[in-house]
Amino acid sequence: MPKLPAPPLPAALQAPPPRPGEGNGKAGPLDLGKEAGITVVDWVDERTSLSGAGRWLLFRKVPKGTNWFYTLGSATMFAFLSQAVTGVFLAMYYRPDPAGGAYESIRHVTNEVFLGQFVRGMHKWGSSVMVILVFLHMGRTFFFGAYKYPRELNWVIGVVLLILTMVMSFTGYLLPFDQRAYWATIVGVNINGTGPLIGPYLSDFLRGGGEFGATTLSRFYAIHMLLIPGLLAALIGFHLYLVAKLGTTAPPWSKAKERSELLEAEV
Amino acid sequence: MSDKHSKHKSKYTADRMIPGAFEGETVTRRRFMTGTAHGAGAIAAAAFTLPALGFALGPIFKSTPHTWQTVGSANDFSENNYVPVVVTLTPGIGEAGKSTAYVRRYNAKIDTDPYDQSTPYIAISSRCAHLGCPVRWVDAAERFICPCHGGVYDLLGKRVGGPPVRPLDRFYTRVEGENVQIGPRFSVNSELRRFSPRDPGEPLDGIGQFLYPSRPSAQKL
Repeated sequence: MPKLPAPPLPAALQAPPPRPGEGNGKAGPLDLGKEAGITVVDWVDERTSLSGAGRWLLFRKVPKGTNWFYTLGSATMFAFLSQAVTGVFLAMYYRPDPAGGAYESIRHVTNEVFLGQFVRGMHKWGSSVMVILVFLHMGRTFFFGAYKYPRELNWVIGVVLLILTMVMSFTGYLLPFDQRAYWATIVGVNINGTGPLIGPYLSDFLRGGGEFGATTLSRFYAIHMLLIPGLLAALIGFHLYLVAKLGTTAPPWSKAKERSELLEAEV
Repeated sequence: MSDKHSKHKSKYTADRMIPGAFEGETVTRRRFMTGTAHGAGAIAAAAFTLPALGFALGPIFKSTPHTWQTVGSANDFSENNYVPVVVTLTPGIGEAGKSTAYVRRYNAKIDTDPYDQSTPYIAISSRCAHLGCPVRWVDAAERFICPCHGGVYDLLGKRVGGPPVRPLDRFYTRVEGENVQIGPRFSVNSELRRFSPRDPGEPLDGIGQFLYPSRPSAQKL
C-alpha cells in the first residue's frame, strides 16, 4: 500500500517530535511499564522453562481435514470447568443438613441470593450438557476410529471419565433434597444393591449404613464435591497429555497420499 | 559356566567387585537405602489411607440397637383392614428418616402361612421390594400398589404383579400393656419365611438368599 502524503496541518496540530526515552534514548519509566508484562513472563520462564511446555501443548501440527467435530473434547472440558467454578460458589451457600437445612439452603440460593438462580441453573443444566458432550465426543472418537493404536489407553481413560461423570450426576442429584432427589436416590442406591454378592455392600457403602441415615447426604456431598472432582481433574490432565503426545487422527475420509506424489510435492 | 558368570552370581558384594564393599556384606548400601525409603513411604501412606478407608467403610459393619416404637393401642387396628402408621427408621433427620407401615391384627383365617403363627399384629413395610418406592394400600382393590414401576401385592404383601422380586418386608410387632409396638424390619421370601433385612431388589427364593448375603451387622432379635 502506498502511503498517503501527510495533510498540510498547522504546526499546533502536528504531532510533536519524539521525546527522549521513547525508543531513541535511555529507557524511561514509561518504557519499563510497557515492558512489564514481558519482563514478568521472562522472569517466570527463566526459572521454570514452562514456555517450552506451553509451545509443545499448543503449537502442534494437526492433520489435514481437522474439522469442528474435533472441538467436542475441548467443549467437554469447558463444561467441566463451568461445573467446577459454579460448584465451588454453590458450595459457599449449601448446607448438607437432611433435617430441612439442605432444601432450605437451595431455596435460599434460588430465590434470594443475587444471581443465585442463574449460577445454580448453570450448574444444573450444565451437568446435562456435560453428559451430552461426553457422549458426542465419544461418538466422534468411535466413528473416526481415533481409539486405535496407539491411542487405546486414552480411550480407556475416557471411559473412566465417562463413569466418573455419571457418578457426579448421581451424587449431585440428591443434593437439592426435595422429593424427587430423595426418591431418585433411594431407587438409584437400590439398583446398585441388585448386583449379586457385592451389591448389598455397595448400597450400604453409598448410604453409610442399612437405612437412609443422618450422614447419607453429607456422604454424597463429599463424594460429589471432593472425591470425584479430584479424580476427574487428574484424569483430564492425563487425557490431555496423551492427546498432545500422540497427536490427533486424520478424519477417515482423508486418504493417504501416494508415495510418488509425496516425494514430488513435499520433499 | 564361565568364571566371570559364577563371580557375578555370588551373594557377597565384595565378590561382585562393588567399590566400598564390606566383608560379608550381601545387600548393597544403595539397595538398602532404596528399600528403607520405599518402606518408610509405604508405612507413612498407609498410616493415613487405612484409617480413612476404615472410616468410610465402617458404617457397613456397625450394628444399630433394636428399638421398639408405640404406634397405637389395640383398639386402633382391625383384623381385616390395614391402618397406616408412621415409623421412624432414622431419628434426627426429620421426614427423611420416617417411613410408613401398614398394620392389622393377626387373623387366623388369612394368615395361614406357617411362619406367621406367633405374631400378634401384622406390620407390612411400605418400602416396595422392587427398588424401594413407597407403596400404598388401596382398600377397594385390596392391593398394595407401587407408583414407580407398577408393583402390585396382595393382602399378605405377596407379589401378584409387576417387577418386585419378593413380598413386601415386615416389622416385628409386640404388645406392651395396651400399646402395640413395632420393632425392627425383616424380609420374607415368597413362602413368607423370615430373613434378616435385605435391600429392595434382592430376591430371597432359591439361590437369591446366597447371592444377596445378609449384612455382617445383622443381629438376632
